[in-house]
Amino acid sequence: MSLSVIIAHQLVNGLVLGSFYALVALGYTMIFGVIKLLNFAHGDLYMVGGFVGFLALSAISGVVGSGWGGIFLAMLLSMIGVGCLGVLIERIAYHPMLHAPRLSILITALAVSLVLQNAVLALTGGQYTAFHTDLGFGGIHLGPIFISYNQMVLVATAAGLMVALEFFVTHTQYGRAMRAVAIDHDMCRLMGIDVSAIIGVTFFVGTALAAAAGTMAGAYYGSLWYFMGFLIGLKAFTAAVIGGIGSIPGAMLGGLILGLLESFGTQIPGIGSAWKDVFAFAVLILVLVLKPTGLLGKSEQERM
Amino acid sequence: MTSDPARDDVVLKLTGVAAGYGRIQALGGIDLEVRRGQIVTLLGANGAGKTTTLKTISGLVRATAGTIVLEGRDIATMKPHEIARLGVVHVPEGRRILRGLTVRENLEVAAFAVRDGALRRSRLEQVFAQFPILHARQGQDGSLLSGGEQQMLAIGRALMQGPKLLLLDEPSMGLAPKLVLETMKIVKRLNRDEGTTILLVEQNARLALRLADYGYVLEGGMIRMRNAAAQLREDRSIVQAYLGGG
Ligand SMILES: Nc1ncnc2c1ncn2[C@@H]1O[C@H](COP(=O)(O)OP(=O)(O)OP(=O)(O)O)[C@@H](O)[C@H]1O
Ligand SMILES: [Mg+2]
Repeated sequence: MSLSVIIAHQLVNGLVLGSFYALVALGYTMIFGVIKLLNFAHGDLYMVGGFVGFLALSAISGVVGSGWGGIFLAMLLSMIGVGCLGVLIERIAYHPMLHAPRLSILITALAVSLVLQNAVLALTGGQYTAFHTDLGFGGIHLGPIFISYNQMVLVATAAGLMVALEFFVTHTQYGRAMRAVAIDHDMCRLMGIDVSAIIGVTFFVGTALAAAAGTMAGAYYGSLWYFMGFLIGLKAFTAAVIGGIGSIPGAMLGGLILGLLESFGTQIPGIGSAWKDVFAFAVLILVLVLKPTGLLGKSEQERM
Repeated sequence: MTSDPARDDVVLKLTGVAAGYGRIQALGGIDLEVRRGQIVTLLGANGAGKTTTLKTISGLVRATAGTIVLEGRDIATMKPHEIARLGVVHVPEGRRILRGLTVRENLEVAAFAVRDGALRRSRLEQVFAQFPILHARQGQDGSLLSGGEQQMLAIGRALMQGPKLLLLDEPSMGLAPKLVLETMKIVKRLNRDEGTTILLVEQNARLALRLADYGYVLEGGMIRMRNAAAQLREDRSIVQAYLGGG
């Protein structure tokens, strides 16, 4: 294979991977924004999203089939269901801790992560679950480069979700309120905003995006596992920090950069795929050294 | 709607209100009254409890004793966003412009509780008409405005909420003398033209007393003196003893 073909190939792979990272990183960063919590359970909600999407598809595939149409529908159902689970977790586990010391709520998040993992472990017996779909292997050839329809649909869906999110945060009152709550809770209260309700909306939206990624990843890779959220949670966290934690465009950018770097990293002679995770975290350290607030992050100074 | 005109006249009435921060008592039981259409000013040295009084009215600080009655209804146990939705609009110390949101977004999000989109738009137009500089800067990050412009934005945000009672905490803080006068003119205009009732906290006692109908002097969390602004203005000893400079 010529170099340019390899590059084109890795570009496509990187976009697919980056789409997953970006969708999960978005929730990480939004939730951090409104309650300054690193929600370590976020990767596990991606995992639960995969399983719920799978169950939803099993339930509806008889009627709608299990091509992309069915998967879309299953994804929507998973987004709604797991979004509600995210809100429930916030109300039960995090809400009572909002005024407790920061460490307590971080530990709570770790506990929620363990509860979700172990619940799915118990239900699946730790086995891989095959995610059967009718997705074909078709695609288009651009000269020597092959791009599958699945890859195209997946990247387009992720892009569509991100455009919708961007519209939500800049053009709707709830979206603006979400950004306002991320800056100043008390000022929001004085403006008549129910801060606690906005935090709930943020958990719903952030978790729903992770569930969308989980369903798509399950369908794309064809299998699910109770532990599949762990690494992507770490990667999404890394992506969010690279982009600037709290910044929505930053999470999209960070996710894409990380996906691309990883897939190109595997092509460097002597590095190979065994090292790709090391790659991600090395980039994280590099960014933190050069620009501690992340690529698009702003410093906290001008708060009066 | 109540038909008792005497009671109607009092918009806000605090009776024996105490409040504090943890073990620190900042207000030791104060009585205060604001009548419809008035500007009432709350004066006092640093740490006297002026900000705490406003925060207790708007619900950011919980009253530990006493009643806070807004138009016949006790709001002492209500949440801040519920109180704001009743038209009690608190413009806090330091303006608190939301950074990362544009000038326009700062205004729009302030009207979050206004469900009627047409009403939101007409209020936005009014604010832009009143503060042309905000219109000119509408796409800019609100936190990048100058101090005087930020104060206009803070007041503009309050107007987006449709205030029945405006609580202003040191609106002239940190502004150049010319802008202080400008701000006071805006406050006066709001009161005269829109009939907005205002409770004004100010360091600059002379200026505040020129604007206000009635004044209270706070000291150590207690009301030390209360009188018509014209009377307080006459009393040079007050100005010197409590208000720092004559
Ligand atoms: N968040 C807080 N935590 C603890 N104590 C506080 C807090 N805010 C104010 N206080 C204390 O409460 C008392 C009243 O403070 P307050 O801010 O109401 O005064 P103020 O009259 O507004 O003063 P200034 O003119 O300096 O703004 C002061 O003794 C102050 O130290
Ligand atoms: Mg004060």
